[in-house]
Amino acid sequence: MIDVFLQTFMLRAMLAGILVGFMSSYFGVFIVQRRMSFMGSGLAHAAFGGVALGILLNTEPLWIAIPFTILASIGITLLRDKTKLGSDTSIGILFAISVALGIIFLSLKRSYTADAFAYLFGSILSVQTSDLYVTLILSVITMLSFFGFWSRWAYTSFDRELAGTDRIKVTRDDYILNTLLAITIVVSVKLVGIILVAAFLVIPAASARLVAGTFFRMTIISIILGVISSIIGLIASYIFDLPSGATIILVQAAIFFISILIRRITIRESL
Amino acid sequence: MNDIAIELKNLSVNFARYSALDNLTLSIPKGTFVSIVGPNGAGKTTLLKVILGLIKPNHGTITILGKQIDELSAFDLGYVPQIKTLDRTFPALPIELVSTGLNAKWPGRLKKHDKNIVIDTLERVGAGNLAKRPLNKLSGGELQRVYLARALIRKPKILILDEPATGIDWIGEKDIHKIIDEYKSEFNATVIMVTHDWESAYHHADFVLLLNKVAVCFDKPEDAFSEDYLSQTFGHVGHKHEMLFSGSRHD
Ligand SMILES: Nc1ncnc2c1ncn2[C@@H]1O[C@H](COP(=O)(O)OP(=O)(O)OP(=O)(O)O)[C@@H](O)[C@H]1O
Ligand SMILES: [Mg+2]
Repeated sequence: MIDVFLQTFMLRAMLAGILVGFMSSYFGVFIVQRRMSFMGSGLAHAAFGGVALGILLNTEPLWIAIPFTILASIGITLLRDKTKLGSDTSIGILFAISVALGIIFLSLKRSYTADAFAYLFGSILSVQTSDLYVTLILSVITMLSFFGFWSRWAYTSFDRELAGTDRIKVTRDDYILNTLLAITIVVSVKLVGIILVAAFLVIPAASARLVAGTFFRMTIISIILGVISSIIGLIASYIFDLPSGATIILVQAAIFFISILIRRITIRESL
Repeated sequence: MNDIAIELKNLSVNFARYSALDNLTLSIPKGTFVSIVGPNGAGKTTLLKVILGLIKPNHGTITILGKQIDELSAFDLGYVPQIKTLDRTFPALPIELVSTGLNAKWPGRLKKHDKNIVIDTLERVGAGNLAKRPLNKLSGGELQRVYLARALIRKPKILILDEPATGIDWIGEKDIHKIIDEYKSEFNATVIMVTHDWESAYHHADFVLLLNKVAVCFDKPEDAFSEDYLSQTFGHVGHKHEMLFSGSRHD
């Protein structure tokens, strides 16, 4: 009985881990090239506000957190485009509002808030079947974006104005990217936690950047590293009974340092 | 009407309350080489960006090849920007950048066929040896050649060049002008080139546009480079223009 429970729950966590690792490391390449890692952090904290509201309303936090975080991402992009403020300032403002709202929502609840802690630090125990469905649908959309959107997002990351001269609708594409990013962050939060999500998005892409000479290779390598580190991290966290998010991040960090070594060796050889 | 490449009517562009272009009306015939000359901040780059559809004018209309800007295909226009706004940390190869000229999108894996065309074009602008160097390691002049290859590869009907010879060495500059002239005659293309090099404007252009927010004059080089027009465009010029144009026109 316990075995079956373990197996299905482990299977669920593993599947979620692979999919979330895939999506984060895929969107991560754009975050790294567009210097948006603060955006990742900001959206994770917006997700906290949404989760807290969900807990207060006694519903599944996911259904509140997703629209809440999408709204925050649209808000950040709008503030950036319509005012002269840098995106870091817009993110900082929405970041604070979301966390302040989250704290107030949780304080209104007044009962045991273990759920909220699971979101802060991440936990595989909290991965539900509904999370899995959302993650699965989002993964399919993410894969489809590889045909079409990838080359436009890449072009815009390379040179926004040049992409504009080739009639690419850079602003519309930004909103699509940021919306998908927002949902990815919400589904990643259960596994790795709000605090670590930004690093989770960025480290595989940063490692890939160190060893890849083209953006296409960077994307492929980042996805491979993201998926592998999720698998190794989850297995390690299960075997050694460690928190899943923190373990995955440390595996990613190890890969990152190996990438630095590989880069040093290849540069020395090419001299 | 059919032999007009670009037609501007009462075109004005304001940035906030600052007027960059004021009531420009202009017809550029197909297959001509137009040089735009004017002081810094005259609105030269702004005018090119309006033609490219990057800046929406506050007043006036633009017709390009008989069409509105939104109806135009990206492949009708080739562009070499003045200021390279590329992300220098982006992992890219010159062949990839040039391939965006061919396909108007960022390449995943380049097809062999496309790669060959790209390398041919790079060789044509004297940059064949740069094909597979990291883009962010190129010098200013090398990068400029790669951008020129990117503009030429799509065989645009209109070639828009914003100070294309900047950063190119002395021999290279002659090369580049030769390449542009050859391209123009081979495809009967319209060329619009912003330059601060009056001599090259004088020798290569069919028409010169003297611009300083307003179009001071749009005429053949011999007539445009008159002391009167030049001082209207630049304020008082320190030296007589005869000193500058001691050479004779090409062809
Ligand atoms: N996006 C913008 N916002 C505000 N002002 C702008 C913008 N773009 C250009 N300007 C202003 O419009 C004027 C014309 O700029 P533009 O770049 O067209 O000049 P230019 O003729 O190309 O000059 P240069 O010879 O230095 O390249 C300048 O005074 C510039 O400050
Ligand atoms: Mg300029």
